[in-house]
Amino acid sequence: MITSSSIWIAVIVSSVGVYALKLAGMSVPQSWLAAPRIQRIAGLLPIALLTALVVVQAFTTQHGLILDARAIGLAVAVALLLARAPFPAVVISAALVSAAIHHM
Amino acid sequence: MTRLQDAEHKRIRRDGLGLALTVGSYGTAFGAASIASGLNLWQTSALSLLTFSGASQFALVGVLASGGAPISAIASSVLLGSRNAFYGLRLAPSLKLRGIKKYLGAQLVIDESTAVSTAQEQHGDEGMQQGFWITGLGVYVFWNLFTLLGAVGARAIGDPATLGLDAAVPAAFLALLWPRLIGLRSWGVVIATIALVLILVPIAPAGVPVISAALVALAFGWKPARA
Repeated sequence: MITSSSIWIAVIVSSVGVYALKLAGMSVPQSWLAAPRIQRIAGLLPIALLTALVVVQAFTTQHGLILDARAIGLAVAVALLLARAPFPAVVISAALVSAAIHHM
Repeated sequence: MTRLQDAEHKRIRRDGLGLALTVGSYGTAFGAASIASGLNLWQTSALSLLTFSGASQFALVGVLASGGAPISAIASSVLLGSRNAFYGLRLAPSLKLRGIKKYLGAQLVIDESTAVSTAQEQHGDEGMQQGFWITGLGVYVFWNLFTLLGAVGARAIGDPATLGLDAAVPAAFLALLWPRLIGLRSWGVVIATIALVLILVPIAPAGVPVISAALVALAFGWKPARA
């Protein structure tokens, strides 16, 4: 189990890092980040990281891959996103369906 | 530059605050997810006050919850925050911030403040500035209030699976990802990332699969798209 002080370190360091990036964007000369390759990679980074987070959060435990109630919740989320449902509806429905299966 | 009409000021204020309230309310999901991941109330609020970038915050608590080392959690969170640098670059010429206002304004450079600000382009710098500050400050206030609400609520519930909070987190990530899935290349990134993560999860230490996804973005973004 991770200690509270290492969580604090993660919270503070990540806050400093994210703020430094925000400030850098406002401060560096316009040409620095304008290279097409940097723009392309930066545009794809959130897609790759968010995809990885979906997979890890929905299909793994600390011991490996698993299919459980969360996978059904995620399927509900996909269906609602296809139906253009708003963010809160997607998240709450996924949670409720998963909780219902968990209690069966 | 001509002064904006009162009606325009009103419209920008209404649009900005409306979006701020909607997006801020998602803070409830973050607050609950953070508590479910093992962070305490202070750590959860500190993330919303200091990091103040939704995807980065979700990533940090997500990687910690999956048993990842703090360094993996930090790297995922900061990599996801890198897009804010590009937003700042886009906004800087119009916001024209100096001194303390620049340091405060930088914290408010997020998806929503950038979206509302750049949507006011036809109203010139004044419209863009108003859109930025109203939306940025609005989201900041509501995001932090709702984070606290979600965290207090989740603490009262206990086991995250009881209310399906463990499923709410991947659903939230998916909803953040969804609007970005435009074009063949983004789908290529998704499929390659899924394959990489499924291969890595059983063999790599927790946290590593998420960070490794950055390599997929690097590989797919290296060459320009074929015409």
